[in-house]
Amino acid sequence: MNIGYLDPFLFQVFPYVALVVFFLMTIYRYWVREFTYSSLSSQLLENQHHFYGMVPFHYGILTVLLGHVVAFLLPRPLLWWNGVPARLYVLEISTFICALLALFGLANLIVRRAAFPALRKVTILSDWMLLGLLMFQIVSGVSIAIAHPWGSSWFSATLTPYLWSVLRLSPDLGYVTPMPLLVKAHIVGAFTIIAYFPFSRMVHVLVVPNPYLWRRPQVVRWYGR
Amino acid sequence: MDVRAQISMVFHLDKCIGCHTCSIACKNIWTDRKGTEYMWWNNVETKPGTGYPTKWEDQEEYRGGWSLRNDKLELRSTGKAHIVPNIFHNPSMPSMDDYYEPWTYDYKNLFNAPESDDQPTARPLSMVTGEPIDVEAGPNWDDDLGGSKVYAANDPNLAVLTPQQRAQLFAVERLMMFYFPRICNHCLNPSCVAACPSGALYKRGEDGVVLLDQNRCRGWRSCVAACPYKKTFFNWQTGKSEKCVLCFPRLESGQAPACFHSCVGRIRYLGVILYDARRIREVASSRDEDLIEAQRSLILDPFDPEVVKAARASGVHDSIVESARKSPVYKFVKEWKIALPPHIEFRTLPMLFYVPPLAPVMSTKAGDIVSNVSKGLFHEIDEARVPIEYLAKLFGAGDAGKVRAALKKQMAVRVWRRASTVGDVDKAAAERLLREAGSSPEEAEAIYRMTALCSFEERFVVPPAHRELAIEMMEDPLEHKQSAGFGFLSAPRRGS
Ligand code: SF4
Ligand code: SF4
Repeated sequence: MNIGYLDPFLFQVFPYVALVVFFLMTIYRYWVREFTYSSLSSQLLENQHHFYGMVPFHYGILTVLLGHVVAFLLPRPLLWWNGVPARLYVLEISTFICALLALFGLANLIVRRAAFPALRKVTILSDWMLLGLLMFQIVSGVSIAIAHPWGSSWFSATLTPYLWSVLRLSPDLGYVTPMPLLVKAHIVGAFTIIAYFPFSRMVHVLVVPNPYLWRRPQVVRWYGR
Repeated sequence: MDVRAQISMVFHLDKCIGCHTCSIACKNIWTDRKGTEYMWWNNVETKPGTGYPTKWEDQEEYRGGWSLRNDKLELRSTGKAHIVPNIFHNPSMPSMDDYYEPWTYDYKNLFNAPESDDQPTARPLSMVTGEPIDVEAGPNWDDDLGGSKVYAANDPNLAVLTPQQRAQLFAVERLMMFYFPRICNHCLNPSCVAACPSGALYKRGEDGVVLLDQNRCRGWRSCVAACPYKKTFFNWQTGKSEKCVLCFPRLESGQAPACFHSCVGRIRYLGVILYDARRIREVASSRDEDLIEAQRSLILDPFDPEVVKAARASGVHDSIVESARKSPVYKFVKEWKIALPPHIEFRTLPMLFYVPPLAPVMSTKAGDIVSNVSKGLFHEIDEARVPIEYLAKLFGAGDAGKVRAALKKQMAVRVWRRASTVGDVDKAAAERLLREAGSSPEEAEAIYRMTALCSFEERFVVPPAHRELAIEMMEDPLEHKQSAGFGFLSAPRRGS
């Protein structure tokens, strides 16, 4: 299937749509409806499968995400590291395991949500859509790792420059057009998630404990001071 | 000295009749919304019993509160080093099974059931799923020792008793129980506040009420794990935690909280006390056996000119110092020393104190006449149906001495009143008992009055809130004129 004619839209226009939506809506939501910023935990309603979903998913996905960020920010050191095959194998295999962990966790979370009536009560359409999007993203990512291995190297050499070209406001199609369909799907999936971010429960990522790490244990608020 | 005011409370357990009116008053005002049905900010437990949520006192399981590690005060399981890696799944988090699944009944069926030979019934329906459920637990499932083999027998406090004492406690005809009403203690060293990753929980500077900012809460639920009394709850519908607000809108308009106001047994007292905020950490780090005294020493004498001067310097309004002088809590806790904090070994410095129960009344019966209220009496406190060690575990951080002193004084007051009203006890003997209990006839009369005759105004001394001063300093009162209004206007809907 050749969807090359869509490339300009998907890789030159859509990323900007996604980023603009992301920034505007996230800030708007924080200002106007801060109340909706919550992890929306369901541990109270189901406490056993929760562990097997939440822990592998979060640790897996965060590690994989960190890998992408490193490849984006530090392509050169990464390529240097990969220069020795043994080091490349270690990196690829460990991130691959993390991706599998994320996949395993997400599958558990989806099954868990569907299986427990109490959890279905607290799952809204936007949650299902998010779970679907994440599943698509992880499955496509894992497939890429199998079909086109050594991604840590070729990502740094091709996608990093593409992403930087997007940030520099002159998106360079030359890097993405020759990419296999799977990789293109993964990129589009990523920008879709970014665009969908402010409309979903994912916003809780932005309010990870921060002042907590350095604030004093007790908090006092005064009305008159 | 950094003097602050704290609205504090006393519950007199001998007076509680276990009617749950307090719980219902609270429920109707605060927790009848979707997602909060299972919460009982005020609940009344039967002791011995496992309580609500089940076995909340067992910190080996729930790992809440503070502990001393190498003389350093630390959150038992909700410090930063523990919360951050466990943020995705906290292993010490209670689940709904530990509370109960709330339910209603299918009342509609009583009206709409098709005609048949049998009476229609109203089946229980889960208030979470809406589906029919088999009810297996409730917020006071073990009321009046119901199912005591499962519940009372598993009371974590019984661990301090010998097997004989335990057997005796449950022997037929010697059974003993008392009620234990609980709300958030609005602690001086609240672990819920210290544990919150979002800084959503806070203590109000003016009156010490511990509140949870709904906009700031992100649903991490560290407070739920951290509160050793399990008095913060997670609203599964909105994804935010909630807790007892001590009816602050009522307090600010000079009324007692709803559970206090409605209390049928008139067991509840509320008043402000002054304390030195600089010493909180030091006091909370005392050794177990010193905790009660240390907390008492934190409470300042509102008649002491030095304290009044320091209070003024710290910005405590004169009218609040005035209110502290009338505070029944100050009398019970500091002057008479008959009210004790619950499980102070959790080190949150709870500001709700309990007068430990004396029941059943000790006496010997000769024919129809209750007699022999003399020397041997106080030995009987130790031989009471409820072993003193049990009460000491609850209210004395394990130290029976504090509880014994409180009971002894209460008993002496009873004897003294018996001598004054019935007259079958020698007044001199009664006075001797009072002196032995560290009391005096004047004090006995005051205790009697506050316990038995207390009016509304004596029980609830609500300090003035002075919101008018605070608001004026903060914002322009005309700011919201002709606009939509103040505060939180959108309906608290879930997520997205
Ligand atoms: S009782 Fe629990 S919720 Fe209330 S202030 Fe103390 S630690 Fe916080
Ligand atoms: S209303 Fe008063 S007497 Fe009744 S259960 Fe509550 S605390 Fe006890």
